[in-house]
Amino acid sequence: MSAPPLTQLGRSRPQAAWHVATVAEVRRETSTAVRLTLDVPTWPGSEAGSHLDLRLTAPDGYQASRSYSIASSAPGGPVVLAVDELPDGEVSPFLVHEVRPGDQLEVHGPLGSFFVWRPGESDRPVQLVAGGSGVVPLYAIAAAHGAAGDTSPLRLLYSVRRPGDVLFADELAALRGPAFELELVYTREAPATWAGPVGRLDKEALAASTVAASARPRVYVCGSTRFVETIAAWLQDLGHAAADIRTERFGGL
Amino acid sequence: MATHLDGNALAGALSEVFRADVTAARARCAGCGGVSPIARAMVYPDAPGLVARCASCDQVLATIVDAGDRVFLSLSGMSTIELRR
Ligand SMILES: Cc1cc2nc3c(=O)[nH]c(=O)nc-3n(C[C@H](O)[C@H](O)[C@H](O)COP(=O)(O)OP(=O)(O)OC[C@H]3O[C@@H](n4cnc5c(N)ncnc54)[C@H](O)[C@@H]3O)c2cc1C
Ligand SMILES: [Zn+2]
Repeated sequence: MSAPPLTQLGRSRPQAAWHVATVAEVRRETSTAVRLTLDVPTWPGSEAGSHLDLRLTAPDGYQASRSYSIASSAPGGPVVLAVDELPDGEVSPFLVHEVRPGDQLEVHGPLGSFFVWRPGESDRPVQLVAGGSGVVPLYAIAAAHGAAGDTSPLRLLYSVRRPGDVLFADELAALRGPAFELELVYTREAPATWAGPVGRLDKEALAASTVAASARPRVYVCGSTRFVETIAAWLQDLGHAAADIRTERFGGL
Repeated sequence: MATHLDGNALAGALSEVFRADVTAARARCAGCGGVSPIARAMVYPDAPGLVARCASCDQVLATIVDAGDRVFLSLSGMSTIELRR
């Protein structure tokens, strides 16, 4: 996993365009998710937090397109995604179960300049809050922060159902250090050695495990729509200014 | 889809129209006059197109309908968009 070489990205943002991607590797990431590594020779690189639109075309011409956050990418590729299966979904079960190395997909990107983090942009602390697959763009931010040697304090609070659901578990653990703190919340089942509580986040737990509003952190929240809206409302109750909270909704109720 | 997304999800469709990404651009809602980044709008992705609504007052800010060989874009709910050069 390599972060985008920022010297090559320069000051100007890479332009969005359609690209043909060839699946290089499909790796099972958790019991419900895969990590897709795509070869995209024409890819311009991407900023941490951005996404792409992936388009599938059926033999009869029917097309379906969905957005996926970019876990990592470099100019010329590879582009790494993580896709979690929604069992009754249209696109994600195909990506999780059917896609094979050598398959070609169309991708449009890189997309988005709002839910991104740029090294050296600010000295303020940064708090990331992820629910489930919402960790993908936040992992990209943590990796870019580490690769840039950025010393602004970064914290990730990551809510998963079970220990086996953690995406990029090894990479996140390896990023831990003086400038990056990782805290997990287990909503259904925790590791045997876990001393903390098991269950959904509540406002008090959120307050206890995130940078205090008085420290004026910049906050990024990503996950299902319900998760994002719940967390964003609590953060405002805890005194964070709405303008300091950036959100990205992945869908769902 | 019984769901809504936010303006981040407009980036792909709008990049077919604008030269640079505009989801971080601030727009003024023609309904309530509030100014906020397009990424903060609420986006309803139900067919046949994308509908973006103001997160404060629910005014329809924009609709984007992809009709294959053409795209129908309405920005009539935004009175101003601030574009960075
Ligand atoms: C900007 C952006 C970035 C995204 N990045 C990722 C990513 O990195 N990895 C990833 O796995 N997904 C990501 N998603 C979600 C992804 O785009 C699809 O929505 C998801 O894969 C489901 O598609 P589907 O076709 O399988 O399901 P659909 O057929 O579209 O939907 C099936 C049902 O599931 C519901 N649903 C949709 N999304 C969710 C959700 N997140 N939680 C619960 N229910 C849901 C729908 O409302 C619908 O009822 C992202 C979404 C956005 C907008
Ligand atoms: Zn409004």
